[in-house]
Amino acid sequence: MLVEILVSAFVLIGASFALIGSIGLLRLPDFHTRLHGPTKATTLGISGMLIASGLYFSTTTEGISLHEVLVLLFLFITAPVSAHLLAKAALHRRVYSLAKQPENRPPPLTDRPSPSQGGE
Amino acid sequence: MILTIAVQLGLAMMTLALLLNLWRLMRGPDTSDRILALDTLYINTIALLVLLGIHFDRQAYFEVALIIAMMGFVGTAALCKYQLRGDIIE
Repeated sequence: MLVEILVSAFVLIGASFALIGSIGLLRLPDFHTRLHGPTKATTLGISGMLIASGLYFSTTTEGISLHEVLVLLFLFITAPVSAHLLAKAALHRRVYSLAKQPENRPPPLTDRPSPSQGGE
Repeated sequence: MILTIAVQLGLAMMTLALLLNLWRLMRGPDTSDRILALDTLYINTIALLVLLGIHFDRQAYFEVALIIAMMGFVGTAALCKYQLRGDIIE
C-alpha cells in the first residue's frame, strides 16, 4: 500500500513536470527561452517516471529492476549535450531573439526576417 | 486502485504534453524550434512508454524506451550538425 502511494506520487510528479515543460515549449516567446522547457523540466519529469517504474517493478517482481537506471543514466548524459548542440546551432543561424542585439550584427541566416533589421 | 487512477491521469497528462509538442513542431517559426520540438517529443515518448509498462505490468517496454533514447539523441545530434555545418559527415 505504501509502495503504491509512493509510485503514484512519483508518476504524478513526473507527469506534471513533463507537462509544464511542454507548456513552456509552446508558450515562451523566443527560441533561447524555449530551450529551457525541454532541457530542465522534461528531464526531471522523465526521471520521476523512471523512479516510479523502478519502484513498481522492484516490488512486484523478484529482484530489483535496473533497466530504469540505464535509461535514466543515458538521458542524463545526453540531454545536456543535445541542448548544447541546439543552442550552438541556433546561435550560428542567428534565430530571432528577444535579447538586445549589437549594432553591426550581420543579417540572420534564418527563413524568418528579424525585427531588429528594419523590416527586411 | 490509487495506482490505477494515478497512472491513467499520468497517461492523460503525457498525451497532452505530446500534443503540445506536436503543435510546436507544426508551427515552429524556425528550423531550430522544430528540432527542439522533436527532441522533446522523443523524451516524452519515453515517459509515455514507461507509464504504459506500469499500466500493462510488462517489462518489455524498456527495450523500446532504450532504443528510442539512443536513436533520438543520434537524430538530434545529426540535425544540429547539419544546421551548423551544412553537412553531417564531412
